Amino acid sequence: MAIDFLYPQYEVVRNYDRCICCRACERQCANEVHFYDPEFQKMDVDESKCVACHRCVSLCPTRALKIVKTNHTFKENANWTGKAISEVYRQAGSGGVLLSSMGNPEPYPIYWDKILINASQVTNPSIDPLREPMETRTFLGKKPGKIERDKDGRLVPNLTPQLALNVPVMFSAMSYGSISYNAHESLARAACALGTYYNTGEGGLHQDFYKYGPHTIVQVASGRFGVHKDYLETGAAIEIKMGQGAKPGIGGHLPGHKVGPDISRTRMIPEGTDAISPAPHHDIYSIEDLRQLVFSLKEATEYKKPVMVKIAAVHNVAAIASGVARSGADIICIDGYRGGTGAAPTRIRDNVGIPIELALAAVDQRLRDEGIRDQVSVVVGGSIRNSADLLKAIALGADACYIATAALLALGCHLCRSCQTGKCNWGIATQRPELVKRLNPDIGSQRLINLVTAWDHELKEMMGGMGINSIEALRGNRLMLRGIGLNDRELAILGIKHAGE
Amino acid sequence: MTTVQAGLTYYKQVNEQVRGITDNEIAIENVVGQRYLGCGSSGKTIIIHGTPGNGLGQYLNGSTVEVFGNAQEAVGDTMNSGDIIIHGNVGDACGYGMRGGRIFIQGDCGYRGGIHMKAYQDHFPVVVIGGRAGSFLGEYQAGGLILVLGIGQDGAYPASNFCGTGMHGGKIVLRCDKAPAGLPRQVLVSAAGEEDLAHITPYVEDYCRFFGGDAKALLAQQFYVLSPNPEAGYHQLYTYES
Repeated sequence: MAIDFLYPQYEVVRNYDRCICCRACERQCANEVHFYDPEFQKMDVDESKCVACHRCVSLCPTRALKIVKTNHTFKENANWTGKAISEVYRQAGSGGVLLSSMGNPEPYPIYWDKILINASQVTNPSIDPLREPMETRTFLGKKPGKIERDKDGRLVPNLTPQLALNVPVMFSAMSYGSISYNAHESLARAACALGTYYNTGEGGLHQDFYKYGPHTIVQVASGRFGVHKDYLETGAAIEIKMGQGAKPGIGGHLPGHKVGPDISRTRMIPEGTDAISPAPHHDIYSIEDLRQLVFSLKEATEYKKPVMVKIAAVHNVAAIASGVARSGADIICIDGYRGGTGAAPTRIRDNVGIPIELALAAVDQRLRDEGIRDQVSVVVGGSIRNSADLLKAIALGADACYIATAALLALGCHLCRSCQTGKCNWGIATQRPELVKRLNPDIGSQRLINLVTAWDHELKEMMGGMGINSIEALRGNRLMLRGIGLNDRELAILGIKHAGE
Repeated sequence: MTTVQAGLTYYKQVNEQVRGITDNEIAIENVVGQRYLGCGSSGKTIIIHGTPGNGLGQYLNGSTVEVFGNAQEAVGDTMNSGDIIIHGNVGDACGYGMRGGRIFIQGDCGYRGGIHMKAYQDHFPVVVIGGRAGSFLGEYQAGGLILVLGIGQDGAYPASNFCGTGMHGGKIVLRCDKAPAGLPRQVLVSAAGEEDLAHITPYVEDYCRFFGGDAKALLAQQFYVLSPNPEAGYHQLYTYES
């Protein structure tokens, strides 16, 4: 119907003086935007299919292409924006639930950008990380409350299993299914080289990747896909997924057509069947039930691995985290509302949950107030965009951060937010073999190593500037932070002073 | 056969002791609610006297666990293979997410039995319930077989509310005189045919072998099969932002 017509959001601008009709753009675009018109002997486009992923732009040998946001517009309206109007048309036409990918893009406040970092002057000398040792290695897990000695005065080792991280950054959960084999391999190899960990997500662990087990966190979610004894034993740690920042409170659905032979083997479900992750774990209705699952996993792996519990940052996150800390979990992972996803209902992604900055500050404070902060490590994600966010998170109380969107960007993701279509031109969020092979794990893993190594350098520089030479001395050190343009309530929740105070 | 006395010992120590036993046949006696017995184990036969606690045989990977008594919650949760035989009743969330193996329950099963069971290659999970089952039986079922024999129910519907909600694979077979009514729209109901009866026969025979009873007489009665309705699955229509 004419009323359902929506003018394409992006226009493909081609400089015909430069275009040599090599048709590279046509071959590169899985969305079939570009095509050759033999009659006029020139390239043409259907821009309605363009997702602005820039694959064609990046590979055009003569730089003849660019993608621009259309200036076609509805009559300007601050309330009924073009987006709001288009969404009504799409839903009126289809009756469908709006679906989106990647993190919440809406213009909510970004608290990281309203926090400033301290540096030493005169009295507390700064440290030069190029000259002096600087410790960014960290350990995740329960810390014993006291030192125990036997009757002869010898130390009794009472440390429960820990994860050792050479850098305080891990790659967060992305399932095989939501991302490609080559993307998983890149993450796994980079985690090994960096001395950190990647996370299988809830889709099981591909047989080829068992060899990366010592740097793998295996996830147990409500669908229990691919969860069996060998899987649990292979991982360095086990993460129970209770929630995800992009879609708190709801489950997942990998449609049957995406469950090919390899995914089927990894998830341990028949080919072509829907993989539904129910919203709740049906064996968990309380903290006591969560404790039961935590200890069942510890029993199954003979108490040799830390158990992590991942929750989404929601309104009562501090109380929930307090419960999780008492459930026997060794590590709590909190995912903020800007965390990414392969697919989530738009309304949930854009309206449910709270910023990770506030959630982290509230959780750290609550656990300290209750005297149980040492019983768990706290890992935060969604979204950590750079080393400054990382440093601020640690100073607010995090033991380490999870990154995923940043990791995918390192692999070539251009944040076109079209993962749910399965046609990722960069070979990341797709299972099509011809697209997957575009991502070379040799290059991909190296780019991830580069990124995290660079962040680690920057982290050390900033720490050095503050006169701090170890992560331990930075953790929860909120005196190193000041707010800018924040009101009293925000400052109180973040537990920081305003700049100038 | 090596025997372990559970008594008032905490589950962690009992399980540690059981894991340390090299004998493939283990008896655990005087069990009073110890959790996770047999959890994740393979290649063992574990005989339990008393009442095991939650998570009996969770992640079970090939062992046989036989309980002379009732069991509590999460029996065979996420189990992969093996047999669990309960001479009594079980609590809630039995067989949650199980992928393979068999659970035989002489009596009744609590709420949320067999939720999200799934089959895979040669793995085919089976839960056989002798008496009746509580609400939410087979919710989100993705594969395998749940068989409710309805013994002692006088032919009445042996399950409860929301049976098979969100079912998208596998089947539930119930012994009752009349076709169950009021089931969720994801479920199709049909009278069991010859093929269905042939499919359940070995499980009914095993049930009678474990607990007594006349398999032939049971099989001669009316059974109904619940299977996923392909028209009403979780094919929610989406519209994309492009």
